This record gives sequence, structure tokens and C-alpha cells, in this order.
Amino acid sequence: MVFANLDELLHMGGHGPYVWVSYGVSVVALAWLLVAPLLRRRALLRDIARRARRDANRNPQED
Amino acid sequence: MWAYLERLWHRLGSPRHFYDLAGWWLPWLAVSSLLLLGVGITWGLLFAPPDYQQGHSFRIIYIHVPAASLALTGYFAMAVAGVVVLVWRMKMAEVVLQSIAVPGAVMCALALFTGALWGKPTWGTYWFWDARITSMLILLFLYLGVMALGSAIASPVLAARATAVLAIVGAVNIPIIKYSVEWWNTLHQPATFKLTEKPAMAPEMYWPLLVCALGFYLFFAFVVVLRVRNAVLEREAGARWVRELAGEGR
Repeated sequence: MVFANLDELLHMGGHGPYVWVSYGVSVVALAWLLVAPLLRRRALLRDIARRARRDANRNPQED
Repeated sequence: MWAYLERLWHRLGSPRHFYDLAGWWLPWLAVSSLLLLGVGITWGLLFAPPDYQQGHSFRIIYIHVPAASLALTGYFAMAVAGVVVLVWRMKMAEVVLQSIAVPGAVMCALALFTGALWGKPTWGTYWFWDARITSMLILLFLYLGVMALGSAIASPVLAARATAVLAIVGAVNIPIIKYSVEWWNTLHQPATFKLTEKPAMAPEMYWPLLVCALGFYLFFAFVVVLRVRNAVLEREAGARWVRELAGEGR
């Protein structure tokens, strides 16, 4: 590691805020890109299953 | 070989087969992208030596360059999908085009944001209207345009064609961004990745960048595939196989 201690790592010779905000915002953005479609999938499947059940109750001979 | 490729093409054209095939890719994409991102970011952030002129601020490169590169590649991929939509009317191409828009826009915004934060300690300003930065901002607006157009038109066929046209026309901006640092005298530094020349960077800075870039690309593919599969489920919501899948609670 090029940093001697945690303080140096956070400070980065005065560039710490620029670097850490860049990385922090990026991690949040990537996490959102990952989680959003996973949540959407859950909601979609739940929705489709509910609709299928409703249709099955309406036409019991079909299923 | 050709017969295999032709069969693959037709399979990818069918929503159900695409859904199944893409499901096989997901775990590989997930593991490889997260692994590479973890290694690359740690390497770049903690172990790469500081730049002799820029100090530690150059570490922003490990996000900035992969994000910017993906913003361009993603738009190019949307334009290619747009051509397939207009020429072959392939449904899956419509789905792929729309699925790239949001992740592409996020990458473009990240490139602009990290660029601004890198610009402040390096050039003394967050923003400068030079050719590279301005054309990148236009790319973000093009992405937002594709997103808006896709959801603004009620008819799916018309929406697909309109976004395809916008994706193709907007692709004119891609070479402008790419070569802006050569055609004009920009504040922005020239390209980091060059296919034909050896990198100007020291290898101990360059290798983590390659790892990060590969990780970003795989991550992008991963989230695009997730979105494509969601769009297939949505479009085929009435189909028997989708209902069975939803019934299993998977």
C-alpha cells in the first residue's frame, strides 16, 4: 500500500475529498443499477402470478 | 460454424430463448464483474503509485475512464440495435435498445461527475466548455432523449422505431467525442486507451485500469441482461411459460 496510515489514505495529499466523493457516488450509482432491476423483477413476477391466479379463478376449466 | 451462428441468432431473436440463454450468463457475469471491480478498485485506490504531476487525484481515472468508455460503447450498441430494429424488425433488438438506455445514461453522468471532481484539483475548475466535455454532455442528453421517447409514445412499434432513429442519428456524436481531443485544442487530456500504441502510463497504473475497465464492462453487461429479462417478462406477461415461471415464485 502506498499510504502509511488511515489518515494519509483519507487525506490523499489534499485530494482526498475529490477522490472519495468520486468513488462514493460511483458505488451508490452502481449499487442502484444492480438493485433496481432485481426489485423490478420481484414486483413483475408477483404481479404476473397474481393476474394468472385471477384468470384461473375466472375460467376454472382452463387450468 | 455458420449454421451454429445462424441458429444462435434465431434463438436470440426469440424472447423466450433469449430469456433462458441470458439466464445462463447471469451468474458468470455477476461473479466475474464483482471480482474484477473489487480487485481493480482496491488496486487503483490503495496500491497504484501517485502521479508525479497530479498526485492522488489521478486515482479518479479508475472510474472516470471505464465509465466514459462504456457511455460511448453503450450508445454505439444502441445504434446497432436501432439498425436491427429498422431493418429486421426484431423484437429483441427493441428490448436491448431500451435496456441499454438507463445504464448508459448512468455511466455518462458518472463520467461527467467524476471528470468535474478531477478537473477541480487538476485544472482549477469543475467545468469547462471544451469540445470533449461539451460533446459528452450532449451524449447524456441523447441518452435521456432515448429514455423519454421510449416511454412517451404509447404504441410499442412506433416507440421502438422512433428511439431507433434517435439512437442512429445521435451516433454521429460518438466519433466527435472520440476524436475531439485530437481535432480541437482541448483542456482535456488525450485518450488513455490506444489500440495501436503502447500506453503512455506506467504499467503499475495501467494494469489496475485495465482490470477496472473489464469489470465495468462485465457489470454493464450484467445489468443490461437483468433489464432485458425484465422487459421480456413484461412483454410476454400473458404467455404460458411466463405465468408458469411466476407461479413457481422464482
